[in-house]
Amino acid sequence: MEKYILSVLVSNQSGVLSRVSSLFGQRGYNIASLTVSATNNDAISRITLVVRGDEYILEQIVKQLSKLEDVVKVHKVDVQNALCRELLLLKVAIDPSTLTKVKEAAELFRAKIIDVAPASIILELTGQESKIDAFLEFLSPYTIIEMCRTGITAMERGSGAVL
Amino acid sequence: MQYTGARIVLEILKENDIDTIFGYPGGAILPIYDELYTGSHGIRSIRGAHEQGTAHAADAYARVTGKTGVVLATSGPGATNLVTALATAQADSVPLVAITGNTSMDLIGKDSFQEVYIAGITMPVTKHNFVVRDVAALAPSLRRAFEIAQEGRCGAVLVDIPKNILTQATTFTKPKKKRAPAYRARKSDIRKLAALINASTRPLLYFGGGVIAGGASNMLLSLCMEANLPACHTLMGTGALPSDCPYNLGLAGMHGRRSVAKAIDECDLLVAIGTRFSDRVALSGKDFAHEAKRVHIDIDDAEISKNIRISLGIQADAADVLAQLAPLVEPKARTAWFDRLHKLQDMLDKPDPYASIPGLSPMYILDRLAQAAQEDAILVTDVGQHQIWAAQRYPFRYPKTLITPGGLGTMGFGMGASVGAKLAAPQKQVFLITGDGSFHMDLIELATAVRYGLAVKVIVLDNESLGMVRQWQHLQYGGRYAESDDVGTTDFAAVARAFGAQGTNADTCAAFDAALATAMQADGPFVIHCKIDKRIEVSPLLQESGGHILMR
Repeated sequence: MEKYILSVLVSNQSGVLSRVSSLFGQRGYNIASLTVSATNNDAISRITLVVRGDEYILEQIVKQLSKLEDVVKVHKVDVQNALCRELLLLKVAIDPSTLTKVKEAAELFRAKIIDVAPASIILELTGQESKIDAFLEFLSPYTIIEMCRTGITAMERGSGAVL
Repeated sequence: MQYTGARIVLEILKENDIDTIFGYPGGAILPIYDELYTGSHGIRSIRGAHEQGTAHAADAYARVTGKTGVVLATSGPGATNLVTALATAQADSVPLVAITGNTSMDLIGKDSFQEVYIAGITMPVTKHNFVVRDVAALAPSLRRAFEIAQEGRCGAVLVDIPKNILTQATTFTKPKKKRAPAYRARKSDIRKLAALINASTRPLLYFGGGVIAGGASNMLLSLCMEANLPACHTLMGTGALPSDCPYNLGLAGMHGRRSVAKAIDECDLLVAIGTRFSDRVALSGKDFAHEAKRVHIDIDDAEISKNIRISLGIQADAADVLAQLAPLVEPKARTAWFDRLHKLQDMLDKPDPYASIPGLSPMYILDRLAQAAQEDAILVTDVGQHQIWAAQRYPFRYPKTLITPGGLGTMGFGMGASVGAKLAAPQKQVFLITGDGSFHMDLIELATAVRYGLAVKVIVLDNESLGMVRQWQHLQYGGRYAESDDVGTTDFAAVARAFGAQGTNADTCAAFDAALATAMQADGPFVIHCKIDKRIEVSPLLQESGGHILMR
């Protein structure tokens, strides 16, 4: 199964997110991740969907999404030519023996330390999926207290826009 | 002009030329009913016995007239009772607008009396729905609801209006004229299609309800005649071509003709028009018409390549495609292909094995009805064996004369739908063909037919079993008739009389003939309760089995 990224522009109506997610549930499509972002147009939000399937399923997803009244545009992101980012917040347990190593790991991955408590720190990392995966793998020997990881938001390079 | 929300609802109905609405009153929708009370709007209000049957009536009204059906219901249970009917209309692409009241805004979200989030419940069974949270949004939402119901592929739309919005006043302005989007085919696609047809030696048209919805039945007939093209159809396409038309090979699919299944196997070009390759027709899935180039014409782009991979997909209105195509197709004799089709019919389409049994049979009943009824009579059905017998046996000659819940397969559709059909076409004869199982579900709407004096003639084919369920249990469960036998011994004629309709029992052919003659003369609703043998089954029954079509 391939992974595809779709940018879906939707009008800012209540219920629009449930319409989109209900469509996936109804038709048995797989969502790997979904993020909703504001855009430079107050009336429009941007849903970035990562979906799994083949070309046939992707075509169906695009057509079915396009039929929704609140969907303004569905754009298949050209992954080769796009910047895809996730945000990670990670709360790691520390003690005097691990603090330095965790700090070094953060520096290595250019993660920011955004909170320090006596027994824990919170790290912030933005990057593409593989980088976040690698960071989490690197920190796996330590005690992770809490983790929040957003889905992907994506934007294609160049001066064009989805709408 | 300052109007209340309730008044605005009626104004928008008038803008959309709605002259008849169906509904059932209740607390949250009362402001609209109060506005209707004076009758000064010229809108006829029909009250059913139950919201589901009421909504099926609105659905059938739309199927017969082509206009948008409208149903009103109150909040909570009134709204949830609509769900099956909305799903039925949506599955068969029927334009239907449901307007529900809801609790006032200050009570929403508090599990108030008769409060339910109907927009959430109906999301998957409607094209779209609206919750109106501001009286200023009422007119635009309702206007858009009517547009959506009719735009492209028709469907069901729900507008949920909290009660306080219905009583608030706001400035009402006349609508701006908007032109509905046209679904035109590209000329290049039409040229490709014409070339495929002209090059084909074994072409087959396969059409569905989209031809009827698109008003393209006559154009389809001319195309068949001018280019010498055979055609078959789905249940929903019944009546688009006359059943006795020599180009019409008949019904395809699970209960279609064996010769049609074979023709689909053997054709080298399949042109699907306004149909969706449902699992009841494309039994073998991806192997359907496996030797053919497959062309799919549909107004809904998402249907193209959904169930079947397609060589050429054309998203367009059926009428537009047929109009553009007509001058480009060449008349070809295709003698060998027609000979082959006739041979298939002779070889495979044996007479119905149950038609010759002595005594009263569904086949006898339908044959007699066909003789007695006017050519353009409307047959409404419920769901089950009776539905298929009617579709197979009755000689439908015009579009919109078979009103049946094909996609969702809704038992309990028929009686309410008959009410809507008769109101939509009072000058036409309307018959409901139903079974004892289905009629048990919807006979309460007889009360509605009585209330409005509607001369719907109901023929109940009573085999004291849930026949289609029983048939599958016979076929697949070794005759273990769990819950399908001994449905009951209800005297439906007596029930009819209790409702204030007329009713009679018919257990023999002679009794049926007499009952039908009486029923045809009756001014009001009439129920003929026919006892038939439960061993009579639907034939043929085609199934996919290991990549092949098994023909029973």
